Amino acid sequence: MPPAADAPAILLEKLSVRYDVPREMVNTLKEYAIRKLVRRIENDQLVALRDVDLTIRKGERVGVIGPNGAGKSTLFKVIARVRRPSSGRVVVEGRVAPLLEMGLGMQGELTGRENVILQGALLGFARAEMLGRMGQIAAFAELEEFLDAPIRTYSTGMSARLAFAVATDVEPDILLVDEALAVGDERFRARCHERMDHLRDRGRTFLLVSHSLAEVRGSCQRALWVAEGRVVRDGPAEEICDAYHEWAASGAAAAPQA
Amino acid sequence: MFRSITAGPGGPRISATTVRYDSADTGFRFVEEARSLWAYRHLVRELVVRDLKVRYKRSILGVAWTMLSPLLQMVSLAFAFSFLMRQQIHNYPVFYLAGSLFWTFFSQATGHAANLTVEALEIAKRIHVPHSAFVASAVTGAAFNLALSLVPFFLIAVISGYPIHATWLFLPVAVAIGACFTAGVALLIFTLASRFGDVRETYLVLLGPWFFVTPIAYTKEILPAKFQIIVRYNPMTYLVELFRAPLYDGWLPGRNTFLFAVLSAALSLAIGWYFYSSRIDDYAARS
Repeated sequence: MPPAADAPAILLEKLSVRYDVPREMVNTLKEYAIRKLVRRIENDQLVALRDVDLTIRKGERVGVIGPNGAGKSTLFKVIARVRRPSSGRVVVEGRVAPLLEMGLGMQGELTGRENVILQGALLGFARAEMLGRMGQIAAFAELEEFLDAPIRTYSTGMSARLAFAVATDVEPDILLVDEALAVGDERFRARCHERMDHLRDRGRTFLLVSHSLAEVRGSCQRALWVAEGRVVRDGPAEEICDAYHEWAASGAAAAPQA
Repeated sequence: MFRSITAGPGGPRISATTVRYDSADTGFRFVEEARSLWAYRHLVRELVVRDLKVRYKRSILGVAWTMLSPLLQMVSLAFAFSFLMRQQIHNYPVFYLAGSLFWTFFSQATGHAANLTVEALEIAKRIHVPHSAFVASAVTGAAFNLALSLVPFFLIAVISGYPIHATWLFLPVAVAIGACFTAGVALLIFTLASRFGDVRETYLVLLGPWFFVTPIAYTKEILPAKFQIIVRYNPMTYLVELFRAPLYDGWLPGRNTFLFAVLSAALSLAIGWYFYSSRIDDYAARS
Protein backbone atom coordinates (compact mmCIF):
# COMPACT_ATOMS: atom_id res chain seq x y z
CA MET A 1 0.00 0.00 0.00
CA PRO A 2 1.89 3.10 -1.20
CA PRO A 3 1.44 6.12 1.03
CA ALA A 4 -0.66 8.93 -0.29
CA ALA A 5 1.62 11.63 -1.69
CA ASP A 6 0.60 14.29 0.77
CA ALA A 7 -0.20 12.22 3.80
CA PRO A 8 1.40 13.69 6.92
CA ALA A 9 3.88 11.45 8.70
CA ILE A 10 4.24 13.77 11.65
CA LEU A 11 1.74 16.31 12.85
CA LEU A 12 2.22 18.68 15.78
CA GLU A 13 -0.62 20.91 16.97
CA LYS A 14 -0.02 23.67 19.49
CA LEU A 15 2.53 21.40 21.06
CA SER A 16 4.30 22.51 24.22
CA VAL A 17 6.73 20.71 26.43
CA ARG A 18 7.52 22.07 29.85
CA TYR A 19 9.99 20.65 32.29
CA ASP A 20 9.67 21.01 36.02
CA VAL A 21 12.93 22.23 37.38
CA PRO A 22 13.04 21.96 41.15
CA ARG A 23 14.43 25.03 42.92
CA GLU A 24 16.43 22.75 45.14
CA MET A 25 17.63 19.34 44.17
CA VAL A 26 15.80 16.71 46.19
CA ASN A 27 17.29 13.42 45.19
CA THR A 28 16.69 11.22 48.16
CA LEU A 29 13.44 9.79 49.38
CA LYS A 30 14.28 10.79 52.93
CA GLU A 31 14.70 14.43 52.02
CA TYR A 32 11.60 14.34 49.83
CA ALA A 33 9.47 12.93 52.63
CA ILE A 34 10.65 15.62 55.06
CA ARG A 35 10.02 18.44 52.61
CA LYS A 36 6.65 17.06 51.66
CA LEU A 37 5.68 17.13 55.33
CA VAL A 38 6.58 20.78 55.70
CA ARG A 39 5.32 21.56 52.16
CA ARG A 40 8.42 22.96 50.70
CA ILE A 41 8.69 21.54 47.22
CA GLU A 42 8.78 24.26 44.62
CA ASN A 43 9.38 23.92 40.93
CA ASP A 44 10.29 26.37 38.23
CA GLN A 45 9.06 25.63 34.77
CA LEU A 46 11.35 25.48 31.82
CA VAL A 47 9.57 25.67 28.49
CA ALA A 48 11.41 23.56 25.92
CA LEU A 49 8.82 23.85 23.15
CA ARG A 50 6.02 26.39 22.97
CA ASP A 51 2.91 26.07 20.81
CA VAL A 52 4.64 24.40 17.91
CA ASP A 53 2.51 23.68 14.84
CA LEU A 54 4.24 21.53 12.27
CA THR A 55 3.40 19.10 9.51
CA ILE A 56 5.96 16.80 7.95
CA ARG A 57 4.78 14.75 5.01
CA LYS A 58 5.68 11.20 4.15
CA GLY A 59 8.99 10.94 2.33
CA GLU A 60 10.25 14.40 3.29
CA ARG A 61 13.83 14.86 4.38
CA VAL A 62 13.96 17.55 6.99
CA GLY A 63 16.95 19.07 8.72
CA VAL A 64 16.54 20.73 12.11
CA ILE A 65 19.02 23.47 12.96
CA GLY A 66 19.33 25.95 15.78
CA PRO A 67 21.53 26.91 18.70
CA ASN A 68 22.04 24.68 21.72
CA GLY A 69 19.06 24.60 24.04
CA ALA A 70 16.66 25.71 21.32
CA GLY A 71 14.44 22.65 21.69
CA LYS A 72 15.77 20.47 18.86
CA SER A 73 16.32 17.43 21.03
CA THR A 74 12.99 17.85 22.79
CA LEU A 75 11.30 17.96 19.38
CA PHE A 76 12.89 14.61 18.55
CA LYS A 77 11.94 13.19 21.91
CA VAL A 78 8.30 14.07 21.40
CA ILE A 79 8.28 12.48 17.93
CA ALA A 80 10.11 9.39 19.20
CA ARG A 81 7.53 9.05 22.03
CA VAL A 82 10.21 9.41 24.63
CA ARG A 83 8.60 12.50 26.09
CA ARG A 84 4.90 13.19 26.46
CA PRO A 85 3.71 16.65 25.42
CA SER A 86 2.67 18.89 28.31
CA SER A 87 -0.08 20.29 26.13
CA GLY A 88 -1.11 20.13 22.51
CA ARG A 89 -1.07 17.10 20.32
CA VAL A 90 1.38 14.96 18.40
CA VAL A 91 0.41 12.39 15.78
CA VAL A 92 3.02 10.10 14.28
CA GLU A 93 2.06 7.78 11.48
CA GLY A 94 4.33 4.76 11.15
CA ARG A 95 7.21 3.11 12.89
CA VAL A 96 9.88 5.44 14.22
CA ALA A 97 13.49 4.33 14.52
CA PRO A 98 15.77 6.78 16.22
CA LEU A 99 19.31 6.04 15.15
CA LEU A 100 20.60 4.47 18.32
CA GLU A 101 23.30 6.43 19.91
CA MET A 102 26.51 4.58 19.84
CA GLY A 103 26.80 2.01 22.56
CA LEU A 104 23.23 2.49 23.73
CA GLY A 105 22.15 -0.88 25.07
CA MET A 106 25.18 -2.51 23.51
CA GLN A 107 27.03 -5.03 25.64
CA GLY A 108 30.76 -5.31 25.22
CA GLU A 109 30.79 -8.91 26.39
CA LEU A 110 28.29 -10.00 23.76
CA THR A 111 29.11 -10.67 20.12
CA GLY A 112 28.08 -8.46 17.21
CA ARG A 113 25.38 -10.97 16.31
CA GLU A 114 23.93 -11.00 19.84
CA ASN A 115 24.02 -7.22 19.92
CA VAL A 116 22.11 -6.96 16.64
CA ILE A 117 19.35 -9.06 18.18
CA LEU A 118 19.34 -6.91 21.32
CA GLN A 119 19.26 -3.67 19.30
CA GLY A 120 16.41 -5.09 17.24
CA ALA A 121 14.49 -5.93 20.42
CA LEU A 122 14.96 -2.36 21.65
CA LEU A 123 13.34 -1.22 18.41
CA GLY A 124 10.48 -3.66 18.96
CA PHE A 125 11.55 -6.49 16.64
CA ALA A 126 11.49 -10.17 17.51
CA ARG A 127 14.55 -12.43 17.39
CA ALA A 128 13.38 -14.37 14.31
CA GLU A 129 13.00 -11.15 12.33
CA MET A 130 16.47 -9.98 13.25
CA LEU A 131 18.03 -13.35 12.44
CA GLY A 132 16.50 -13.13 8.98
CA ARG A 133 18.11 -9.73 8.49
CA MET A 134 21.48 -10.62 9.97
CA GLY A 135 23.18 -11.24 6.61
CA GLN A 136 22.15 -7.90 5.14
CA ILE A 137 23.02 -6.01 8.29
CA ALA A 138 26.49 -7.54 8.50
CA ALA A 139 27.08 -6.92 4.82
CA PHE A 140 26.07 -3.28 5.02
CA ALA A 141 28.18 -2.67 8.12
CA GLU A 142 31.01 -4.66 6.46
CA LEU A 143 31.47 -6.67 9.61
CA GLU A 144 30.77 -10.21 8.36
CA GLU A 145 34.04 -11.56 9.70
CA PHE A 146 33.64 -9.93 13.09
CA LEU A 147 30.05 -10.87 13.77
CA ASP A 148 30.98 -13.52 16.31
CA ALA A 149 33.57 -11.45 18.11
CA PRO A 150 32.58 -9.62 21.30
CA ILE A 151 32.00 -5.99 20.44
CA ARG A 152 34.38 -4.78 23.12
CA THR A 153 36.99 -5.71 20.50
CA TYR A 154 35.35 -3.39 17.92
CA SER A 155 36.60 0.08 17.14
CA THR A 156 34.30 3.05 17.69
CA GLY A 157 33.67 3.23 13.94
CA MET A 158 32.78 -0.43 13.77
CA SER A 159 30.16 -0.19 16.54
CA ALA A 160 28.69 2.92 14.96
CA ARG A 161 28.44 1.19 11.59
CA LEU A 162 26.65 -1.72 13.21
CA ALA A 163 24.20 0.62 14.97
CA PHE A 164 23.46 2.47 11.73
CA ALA A 165 23.04 -0.77 9.79
CA VAL A 166 20.49 -2.08 12.32
CA ALA A 167 18.51 1.16 12.57
CA THR A 168 18.17 1.52 8.81
CA ASP A 169 17.77 -2.14 7.93
CA VAL A 170 14.60 -2.50 9.94
CA GLU A 171 13.14 -0.02 7.42
CA PRO A 172 11.49 2.44 9.72
CA ASP A 173 8.79 4.65 8.27
CA ILE A 174 10.46 7.55 10.04
CA LEU A 175 14.17 7.71 10.73
CA LEU A 176 15.45 10.17 13.31
CA VAL A 177 19.13 10.98 13.13
CA ASP A 178 20.82 13.11 15.75
CA GLU A 179 24.17 14.20 14.35
CA ALA A 180 25.30 10.62 14.14
CA LEU A 181 26.22 10.68 10.48
CA ALA A 182 29.71 11.86 11.18
CA VAL A 183 30.76 8.28 11.81
CA GLY A 184 32.96 6.03 9.81
CA ASP A 185 35.12 6.99 6.89
CA GLU A 186 34.15 8.95 3.77
CA ARG A 187 33.14 5.81 1.94
CA PHE A 188 30.81 4.65 4.69
CA ARG A 189 29.23 8.07 4.93
CA ALA A 190 28.59 8.03 1.21
CA ARG A 191 26.85 4.70 1.60
CA CYS A 192 24.78 6.07 4.48
CA HIS A 193 23.55 8.81 2.18
CA GLU A 194 22.77 6.25 -0.47
CA ARG A 195 20.74 4.27 1.97
CA MET A 196 18.84 7.33 3.12
CA ASP A 197 18.06 8.17 -0.49
CA HIS A 198 16.82 4.63 -0.82
CA LEU A 199 14.60 4.96 2.24
CA ARG A 200 13.22 8.24 0.93
CA ASP A 201 12.48 6.66 -2.44
CA ARG A 202 10.42 4.07 -0.65
CA GLY A 203 8.35 6.76 0.98
CA ARG A 204 10.19 6.86 4.29
CA THR A 205 10.55 10.08 6.17
CA PHE A 206 13.87 11.32 7.42
CA LEU A 207 14.68 13.87 10.11
CA LEU A 208 18.16 15.09 10.93
CA VAL A 209 19.32 17.26 13.79
CA SER A 210 22.70 18.73 13.04
CA HIS A 211 25.04 21.58 13.77
CA SER A 212 26.62 20.99 10.40
CA LEU A 213 24.90 23.15 7.80
CA ALA A 214 26.75 21.26 5.06
CA GLU A 215 25.21 18.05 6.32
CA VAL A 216 21.72 19.55 6.25
CA ARG A 217 22.24 21.06 2.78
CA GLY A 218 23.53 17.73 1.53
CA SER A 219 20.87 15.45 2.97
CA CYS A 220 17.69 17.48 3.30
CA GLN A 221 15.29 19.40 1.09
CA ARG A 222 13.56 21.19 3.88
CA ALA A 223 14.95 22.78 7.01
CA LEU A 224 13.48 23.99 10.28
CA TRP A 225 15.24 26.66 12.28
CA VAL A 226 14.38 26.21 15.91
CA ALA A 227 15.01 28.90 18.51
CA GLU A 228 13.72 29.34 22.03
CA GLY A 229 11.22 26.54 21.70
CA ARG A 230 9.68 27.77 18.47
CA VAL A 231 10.10 26.99 14.80
CA VAL A 232 11.20 30.44 13.63
CA ARG A 233 11.91 29.60 9.97
CA ASP A 234 10.66 26.78 7.82
CA GLY A 235 11.46 26.35 4.14
CA PRO A 236 13.86 24.94 1.53
CA ALA A 237 17.08 23.71 3.13
CA GLU A 238 19.40 25.97 1.10
CA GLU A 239 17.46 29.10 1.90
CA ILE A 240 17.10 28.40 5.62
CA CYS A 241 20.75 27.37 5.96
CA ASP A 242 21.87 30.58 4.24
CA ALA A 243 19.74 32.66 6.58
CA TYR A 244 20.96 30.75 9.63
CA HIS A 245 24.58 31.07 8.55
CA GLU A 246 24.16 34.81 8.08
CA TRP A 247 22.53 35.17 11.48
CA ALA A 248 25.19 33.09 13.21
CA ALA A 249 28.00 35.03 11.51
CA SER A 250 26.44 38.40 12.42
CA GLY A 251 26.68 37.50 16.09
CA ALA A 252 23.17 38.76 16.74
CA ALA A 253 21.98 37.79 20.17
CA ALA A 254 18.31 37.38 19.47
CA ALA A 255 16.86 34.85 17.08
CA PRO A 256 14.39 36.12 14.50
CA GLN A 257 10.75 35.99 15.46
CA ALA A 258 8.49 33.47 13.79
CA MET B 1 -3.83 -3.75 11.33
CA PHE B 2 -0.94 -5.55 9.73
CA ARG B 3 1.23 -4.77 6.79
CA SER B 4 4.16 -6.58 5.37
CA ILE B 5 7.50 -5.10 4.54
CA THR B 6 9.67 -6.69 1.91
CA ALA B 7 13.23 -6.68 3.08
CA GLY B 8 15.07 -6.18 -0.15
CA PRO B 9 15.61 -8.65 -2.97
CA GLY B 10 15.46 -12.23 -1.80
CA GLY B 11 15.22 -11.06 1.79
CA PRO B 12 12.68 -12.34 4.27
CA ARG B 13 9.23 -10.88 4.37
CA ILE B 14 8.34 -9.73 7.78
CA SER B 15 5.20 -8.21 9.01
CA ALA B 16 5.14 -5.35 11.40
CA THR B 17 2.23 -3.77 13.10
CA THR B 18 1.39 -0.46 11.55
CA VAL B 19 1.88 2.01 14.30
CA ARG B 20 0.02 5.21 14.77
CA TYR B 21 0.78 7.30 17.78
CA ASP B 22 -1.61 10.01 18.76
CA SER B 23 -0.98 11.75 22.04
CA ALA B 24 -4.65 12.75 22.14
CA ASP B 25 -5.70 9.10 22.54
CA THR B 26 -5.47 8.85 26.24
CA GLY B 27 -6.84 5.91 28.11
CA PHE B 28 -6.05 4.66 31.57
CA ARG B 29 -2.32 4.78 32.13
CA PHE B 30 -2.20 1.33 33.66
CA VAL B 31 -3.94 -0.18 30.62
CA GLU B 32 -1.65 1.69 28.22
CA GLU B 33 1.43 0.56 30.11
CA ALA B 34 0.25 -3.06 30.06
CA ARG B 35 -0.27 -2.88 26.30
CA SER B 36 3.13 -1.35 25.89
CA LEU B 37 4.79 -4.11 27.91
CA TRP B 38 3.03 -6.74 25.80
CA ALA B 39 4.21 -5.05 22.60
CA TYR B 40 7.78 -5.23 23.89
CA ARG B 41 7.69 -8.82 25.14
CA HIS B 42 10.57 -9.65 22.78
CA LEU B 43 12.68 -7.09 24.55
CA VAL B 44 11.98 -8.78 27.90
CA ARG B 45 13.19 -12.06 26.48
CA GLU B 46 16.34 -10.53 24.99
CA LEU B 47 17.19 -8.72 28.24
CA VAL B 48 16.91 -12.00 30.15
CA VAL B 49 19.09 -13.78 27.58
CA ARG B 50 21.60 -10.95 27.74
CA ASP B 51 21.85 -10.97 31.53
CA LEU B 52 22.31 -14.74 31.59
CA LYS B 53 24.89 -14.70 28.79
CA VAL B 54 26.90 -11.88 30.30
CA ARG B 55 26.96 -13.77 33.55
CA TYR B 56 28.07 -17.03 31.91
CA LYS B 57 30.75 -15.35 29.86
CA ARG B 58 32.25 -13.75 32.91
CA SER B 59 32.71 -17.02 34.76
CA ILE B 60 34.77 -20.01 33.74
CA LEU B 61 32.20 -22.51 34.93
CA GLY B 62 29.46 -20.92 32.84
CA VAL B 63 25.98 -22.35 33.28
CA ALA B 64 27.15 -24.69 36.03
CA TRP B 65 27.92 -21.64 38.13
CA THR B 66 24.27 -20.57 38.13
CA MET B 67 23.50 -23.84 39.87
CA LEU B 68 26.64 -24.08 41.96
CA SER B 69 26.54 -20.60 43.40
CA PRO B 70 23.10 -20.86 45.05
CA LEU B 71 23.90 -24.44 45.97
CA LEU B 72 27.04 -23.48 47.86
CA GLN B 73 25.27 -20.59 49.49
CA MET B 74 22.25 -22.65 50.47
CA VAL B 75 24.26 -25.59 51.71
CA SER B 76 26.60 -23.53 53.83
CA LEU B 77 23.72 -21.63 55.41
CA ALA B 78 21.69 -24.79 55.85
CA PHE B 79 24.52 -26.49 57.69
CA ALA B 80 25.36 -23.48 59.78
CA PHE B 81 21.78 -23.25 61.03
CA SER B 82 21.33 -26.99 61.33
CA PHE B 83 23.65 -27.06 64.34
CA LEU B 84 21.46 -24.53 66.06
CA MET B 85 18.18 -26.09 65.09
CA ARG B 86 19.03 -29.77 65.10
CA GLN B 87 16.87 -30.59 68.11
CA GLN B 88 13.70 -28.94 66.88
CA ILE B 89 13.61 -29.59 63.14
CA HIS B 90 13.84 -32.87 61.30
CA ASN B 91 16.16 -32.89 58.25
CA TYR B 92 17.06 -29.25 58.68
CA PRO B 93 18.92 -28.72 55.35
CA VAL B 94 15.83 -29.69 53.34
CA PHE B 95 13.64 -27.59 55.64
CA TYR B 96 15.87 -24.56 55.15
CA LEU B 97 16.37 -24.99 51.41
CA ALA B 98 12.62 -25.39 50.78
CA GLY B 99 11.97 -22.11 52.59
CA SER B 100 14.86 -20.18 51.12
CA LEU B 101 13.96 -21.00 47.49
CA PHE B 102 11.34 -18.29 47.39
CA TRP B 103 13.34 -15.83 49.45
CA THR B 104 16.33 -16.14 47.09
CA PHE B 105 14.08 -15.65 44.07
CA PHE B 106 12.40 -12.64 45.66
CA SER B 107 15.53 -10.86 46.83
CA GLN B 108 17.34 -11.52 43.54
CA ALA B 109 14.47 -10.27 41.37
CA THR B 110 13.76 -7.11 43.37
CA GLY B 111 17.45 -6.31 43.88
CA HIS B 112 18.21 -6.75 40.19
CA ALA B 113 15.20 -4.62 39.21
CA ALA B 114 16.57 -1.83 41.40
CA ASN B 115 19.96 -2.23 39.71
CA LEU B 116 18.44 -1.89 36.25
CA THR B 117 16.98 1.59 36.83
CA VAL B 118 20.11 3.36 35.63
CA GLU B 119 20.19 1.50 32.34
CA ALA B 120 16.44 1.74 31.82
CA LEU B 121 16.52 5.52 32.30
CA GLU B 122 19.48 5.86 29.97
CA ILE B 123 17.80 3.89 27.18
CA ALA B 124 14.26 5.19 27.64
CA LYS B 125 15.63 8.72 27.43
CA ARG B 126 16.50 8.09 23.79
CA ILE B 127 14.09 5.53 22.43
CA HIS B 128 10.55 4.58 23.30
CA VAL B 129 10.67 1.44 25.42
CA PRO B 130 8.53 0.61 28.44
CA HIS B 131 10.57 0.71 31.65
CA SER B 132 8.51 -2.23 32.86
CA ALA B 133 10.32 -4.47 30.33
CA PHE B 134 13.39 -4.16 32.57
CA VAL B 135 11.41 -5.08 35.68
CA ALA B 136 9.86 -8.03 33.87
CA SER B 137 13.30 -9.18 32.75
CA ALA B 138 14.60 -9.06 36.33
CA VAL B 139 11.70 -11.19 37.56
CA THR B 140 11.93 -13.64 34.65
CA GLY B 141 15.67 -13.99 35.03
CA ALA B 142 15.31 -14.73 38.75
CA ALA B 143 12.57 -17.28 37.96
CA PHE B 144 15.01 -18.98 35.62
CA ASN B 145 17.57 -19.16 38.40
CA LEU B 146 14.88 -20.52 40.73
CA ALA B 147 14.19 -23.33 38.26
CA LEU B 148 17.92 -24.09 38.11
CA SER B 149 18.27 -24.12 41.89
CA LEU B 150 15.55 -26.78 42.08
CA VAL B 151 18.10 -29.23 40.66
CA PRO B 152 20.45 -29.01 43.65
CA PHE B 153 17.43 -28.92 45.98
CA PHE B 154 16.04 -32.22 44.69
CA LEU B 155 19.54 -33.70 44.70
CA ILE B 156 20.03 -32.87 48.36
CA ALA B 157 16.53 -34.09 49.23
CA VAL B 158 17.11 -37.43 47.51
CA ILE B 159 20.65 -37.91 48.82
CA SER B 160 19.57 -37.22 52.40
CA GLY B 161 16.93 -39.93 51.99
CA TYR B 162 14.01 -37.53 51.96
CA PRO B 163 10.79 -39.08 50.60
CA ILE B 164 9.52 -37.80 47.26
CA HIS B 165 6.15 -36.16 47.70
CA ALA B 166 3.38 -35.91 45.11
CA THR B 167 2.75 -32.40 46.47
CA TRP B 168 5.94 -31.27 44.69
CA LEU B 169 3.62 -30.90 41.70
CA PHE B 170 2.05 -27.90 43.46
CA LEU B 171 5.29 -25.98 42.86
CA PRO B 172 4.25 -24.27 39.58
CA VAL B 173 1.23 -22.76 41.36
CA ALA B 174 3.46 -21.53 44.19
CA VAL B 175 5.89 -20.02 41.68
CA ALA B 176 3.08 -18.24 39.82
CA ILE B 177 1.69 -16.68 43.01
CA GLY B 178 5.17 -15.86 44.30
CA ALA B 179 6.12 -14.25 40.99
CA CYS B 180 3.09 -11.91 41.14
CA PHE B 181 4.01 -10.81 44.65
CA THR B 182 7.63 -10.31 43.60
CA ALA B 183 6.72 -8.37 40.46
CA GLY B 184 4.60 -5.96 42.51
CA VAL B 185 7.39 -5.22 45.00
CA ALA B 186 9.94 -5.02 42.15
CA LEU B 187 7.79 -2.43 40.34
CA LEU B 188 7.45 -0.36 43.49
CA ILE B 189 11.17 -0.41 44.29
CA PHE B 190 12.12 0.14 40.64
CA THR B 191 9.82 3.16 40.28
CA LEU B 192 11.02 4.79 43.50
CA ALA B 193 14.66 4.02 42.69
CA SER B 194 14.20 5.73 39.29
CA ARG B 195 13.55 8.97 41.11
CA PHE B 196 15.43 8.78 44.40
CA GLY B 197 19.05 7.80 44.65
CA ASP B 198 18.84 6.40 48.17
CA VAL B 199 16.07 3.88 47.57
CA ARG B 200 18.15 1.03 46.22
CA GLU B 201 20.65 1.08 49.08
CA THR B 202 17.95 1.46 51.72
CA TYR B 203 15.97 -1.41 50.26
CA LEU B 204 18.99 -3.72 50.16
CA VAL B 205 19.67 -2.91 53.81
CA LEU B 206 16.03 -3.61 54.74
CA LEU B 207 16.16 -7.02 53.09
CA GLY B 208 18.44 -8.19 55.91
CA PRO B 209 15.98 -7.77 58.81
CA TRP B 210 13.10 -8.86 56.56
CA PHE B 211 14.81 -12.23 56.14
CA PHE B 212 15.04 -12.66 59.90
CA VAL B 213 11.43 -11.70 60.68
CA THR B 214 10.28 -14.34 58.20
CA PRO B 215 10.26 -17.97 59.37
CA ILE B 216 12.78 -19.25 56.81
CA ALA B 217 15.63 -20.46 58.99
CA TYR B 218 13.25 -21.37 61.85
CA THR B 219 9.63 -22.41 62.37
CA LYS B 220 7.23 -19.79 63.65
CA GLU B 221 6.33 -22.07 66.58
CA ILE B 222 9.71 -21.51 68.25
CA LEU B 223 9.11 -17.76 68.49
CA PRO B 224 7.90 -16.37 71.81
CA ALA B 225 4.24 -15.26 71.79
CA LYS B 226 5.04 -11.54 71.71
CA PHE B 227 6.89 -11.87 68.39
CA GLN B 228 4.16 -13.93 66.72
CA ILE B 229 2.43 -10.76 65.58
CA ILE B 230 5.38 -9.74 63.38
CA VAL B 231 5.34 -13.07 61.63
CA ARG B 232 1.58 -13.03 61.28
CA TYR B 233 1.42 -9.67 59.52
CA ASN B 234 4.38 -10.39 57.30
CA PRO B 235 3.13 -11.49 53.86
CA MET B 236 6.45 -13.21 53.25
CA THR B 237 5.51 -15.79 55.91
CA TYR B 238 2.64 -17.10 53.80
CA LEU B 239 4.59 -17.05 50.54
CA VAL B 240 7.45 -19.01 52.08
CA GLU B 241 4.93 -21.45 53.54
CA LEU B 242 3.43 -21.87 50.06
CA PHE B 243 6.74 -23.42 48.98
CA ARG B 244 7.67 -25.19 52.17
CA ALA B 245 4.38 -27.03 52.77
CA PRO B 246 4.49 -29.02 49.53
CA LEU B 247 8.28 -29.37 49.33
CA TYR B 248 9.20 -30.16 52.94
CA ASP B 249 6.07 -31.14 54.84
CA GLY B 250 4.59 -33.04 51.95
CA TRP B 251 1.14 -31.52 52.20
CA LEU B 252 -0.68 -28.79 50.35
CA PRO B 253 -0.67 -25.34 51.96
CA GLY B 254 -3.55 -24.74 54.34
CA ARG B 255 -6.55 -22.73 53.23
CA ASN B 256 -5.59 -19.65 55.23
CA THR B 257 -1.99 -19.73 54.04
CA PHE B 258 -3.18 -20.03 50.48
CA LEU B 259 -5.72 -17.21 50.79
CA PHE B 260 -3.29 -14.83 52.47
CA ALA B 261 -0.61 -15.61 49.89
CA VAL B 262 -2.98 -15.00 46.97
CA LEU B 263 -4.30 -11.83 48.59
CA SER B 264 -0.79 -10.46 49.21
CA ALA B 265 0.25 -11.29 45.65
CA ALA B 266 -2.82 -9.64 44.13
CA LEU B 267 -2.47 -6.54 46.30
CA SER B 268 1.24 -6.25 45.67
CA LEU B 269 0.86 -6.52 41.89
CA ALA B 270 -2.09 -4.11 41.79
CA ILE B 271 -0.36 -1.47 43.93
CA GLY B 272 3.01 -1.94 42.19
CA TRP B 273 1.55 -1.68 38.71
CA TYR B 274 -0.66 1.27 39.53
CA PHE B 275 2.18 3.15 41.20
CA TYR B 276 4.56 2.34 38.35
CA SER B 277 2.21 3.40 35.57
CA SER B 278 1.10 6.62 37.23
CA ARG B 279 4.60 7.81 38.23
CA ILE B 280 7.27 6.46 35.93
CA ASP B 281 6.89 9.08 33.17
CA ASP B 282 7.23 11.93 35.61
CA TYR B 283 10.16 10.32 37.43
CA ALA B 284 11.95 9.44 34.19
CA ALA B 285 11.60 13.01 32.91
CA ARG B 286 13.49 14.27 35.97
CA SER B 287 16.48 12.09 35.41
